[in-house]
Amino acid sequence: MKVLERLGHTVEFPAGQTCCGQMHYNTGYQVEAMPLVQRFVDQFRDAEAIVVPSSSCVAMMKDHYPKMAAHIGDAKLMVDVDALLPRVFEFSEFLTRRLGLEDVGAYYPHRVTYHASCHGLRNLELGDGPLRLLKAVRGIDLVPLEGLEQCCGFGGTFAVKNADVSSAMLADKTRAVMNTRAEACTACDNSCLMHIQGALHRQRTGVKTVHLAEILAGDEGAQK
Amino acid sequence: MKGMVLDPKTSPVFPMAAKTALEDTQMRKNVRHATDVIQAKRARVVGEMPDWQQLREAGKQIRQHTMEHLDVYLEQFEANCTRAGGVVHWARDAEEARKIVTGLVKASGSDEVIKIKSMTTEEIHLNQALEKAGIHAYETDLAELIIQLGQDQPSHIVVPALHKNRQQIREIFQRTMNLPDLGESPQDLADAARMFLREKFLRVKTGVSGANFLIAETGGVCIVESEGNGRMCLTLPETLITIAGIDKVVPRFQDLEVLLQLLPRSATGERMNPYNSIWTGVQPGDGPRTFHLVLMDNARTKILADEEGRQTLNCIRCGACQNVCPVYRQTGGQAYGSVYAGPIGAILTPQLQEMHHAQSLPYASSLCGACYEVCPVKINIPEVLIHLRSKVVEQNTAGIKGLFDFEAGAMSAMAMIFKSERRFRAAQRMGRMAETPLVRKDGRGEGWISWLPGMLGGWTQVRDLQEMPKETFRDWWEKRGKDGK
Repeated sequence: MKVLERLGHTVEFPAGQTCCGQMHYNTGYQVEAMPLVQRFVDQFRDAEAIVVPSSSCVAMMKDHYPKMAAHIGDAKLMVDVDALLPRVFEFSEFLTRRLGLEDVGAYYPHRVTYHASCHGLRNLELGDGPLRLLKAVRGIDLVPLEGLEQCCGFGGTFAVKNADVSSAMLADKTRAVMNTRAEACTACDNSCLMHIQGALHRQRTGVKTVHLAEILAGDEGAQK
Repeated sequence: MKGMVLDPKTSPVFPMAAKTALEDTQMRKNVRHATDVIQAKRARVVGEMPDWQQLREAGKQIRQHTMEHLDVYLEQFEANCTRAGGVVHWARDAEEARKIVTGLVKASGSDEVIKIKSMTTEEIHLNQALEKAGIHAYETDLAELIIQLGQDQPSHIVVPALHKNRQQIREIFQRTMNLPDLGESPQDLADAARMFLREKFLRVKTGVSGANFLIAETGGVCIVESEGNGRMCLTLPETLITIAGIDKVVPRFQDLEVLLQLLPRSATGERMNPYNSIWTGVQPGDGPRTFHLVLMDNARTKILADEEGRQTLNCIRCGACQNVCPVYRQTGGQAYGSVYAGPIGAILTPQLQEMHHAQSLPYASSLCGACYEVCPVKINIPEVLIHLRSKVVEQNTAGIKGLFDFEAGAMSAMAMIFKSERRFRAAQRMGRMAETPLVRKDGRGEGWISWLPGMLGGWTQVRDLQEMPKETFRDWWEKRGKDGK
């Protein structure tokens, strides 16, 4: 919000929005996720650009909404989805690809490492966009994360259905984060961050997770 | 696992098997090391190909086209193979295939066979069936030999003994080959295997193999391998019996140009396999005098009939998805309870079982997509996993059963909530109230949950969960609007 407004954009938040349906869809409850496609179209129809601070939600829409609209068999909905999807952007993608920016005027004097969330990396092909945004932040000490393309083990309901395997994957991820000696781990997806943060907090590491937007929103006046 | 077979019908569900596997420190170290090595080799030889993505697309198109016209190409293959002197048999399922092969071995007059590594024979547990009929099968691939002598089970489709290290292999050889003084260098181990196998190659008169590709245009069969044991099995015996799934067919000889670039680079990180064998029927005075080919369905036509699942059949069994999979790399292959492990196993096994067993396998993935990224024929494994999950849900919520399913209940309640802004707001308030008794303050004064009941306890076994914020984004946004920013 703060970053977008600082850049001179008008931000709206349609109050009727709820969920993209990813959890239902990916767990096998496709039927339950279907009505959310129409809801999404109704809520965001008039926007010039739709900015989503979570790469997996964007991947859900881009990868599955056209199929879902076709499955529902509603021709109007199919047209609407096709018209709307090119205007949907993951937050960092909006900055780098739609606006062509790298330096958004942020200041964040901390040691930070970046985890590339699977959906952002593979489904949206964000590449090094988020890293370029981070590199342009003043005061930041950006350290590379070993195995940054490795899944943190969240995977939605996977984390509870296969809690043991998920924990083992998370152990690898937190070990890599700790090895960087960073104060904070960032990413473009809150679900990965919630997962990584869960273990970092349980182990009392003192390392935080922060969303990329929180870093880019940082300015000199806002430092604690 | 000793002496057991990997059978989805009797194996524990994946989360349980994985729990046990995760305690096996040595196995995890071996799997991680081996998959790291193969991945690095693959990355090197894939990286040197400027047209890798086009090759993948070509591979996908060849496989997809074949599946769309499978009936035509199978009949073409049968006609051409028969014309060249091969005898083609059709097997509807595993039982029929075992019966045919057992009968053919008996008819060859031998009570022993030498075998080339074949996942199809593992799929139908052929060795056990042969043993029951009084026929002993000798595995001649080094890894398969290790598995067989150690009474173990394969854990990878290309490198079946990848979960064992050199010291463990030496121990197996010392014990079963009666070589107490055997060293542990690769040379020592290879020499021991060579001595052990050479005598079988020269003595046993019947060979059993799988196939990498069946060429419809010529009736030829193609096998690629690294050790030369395959070449021995294909040329020395008097009778050769090859068993292949009906999905192994390719239309033209020229299609191998694409597939034989994709397969070795993806599988073992080699530009080309050391041994590439292609044979067509029988040739007088050269190689086996009798050649049988068993074409097996075993649920493949059912998979083909499912529009969303059928891309599974495009697989060329390279194992790249296993090496890259973060789940497989933690648990190893045997936790999947099937000879097909890893991402490809998670989609293939349940479909081969016609969804009656292995319901936990489509969930054995975080959907990270690394498998899709490396697949040489671009099988969208995450998409198929999600499709199979919906089939599992369909089975589990059909009729009265669905009313008592906790997960289904929670999912439909949440679906109701997401359909209405009013209910969504109410749910956020309710959530805050419900979590209150579980929240504890940490040193920073932030509220965290360290224990959750039931299924959600899986989360809190190693992770905390931060409490929901006192003010939701929605509340903050609306208040901000009222205050005029």
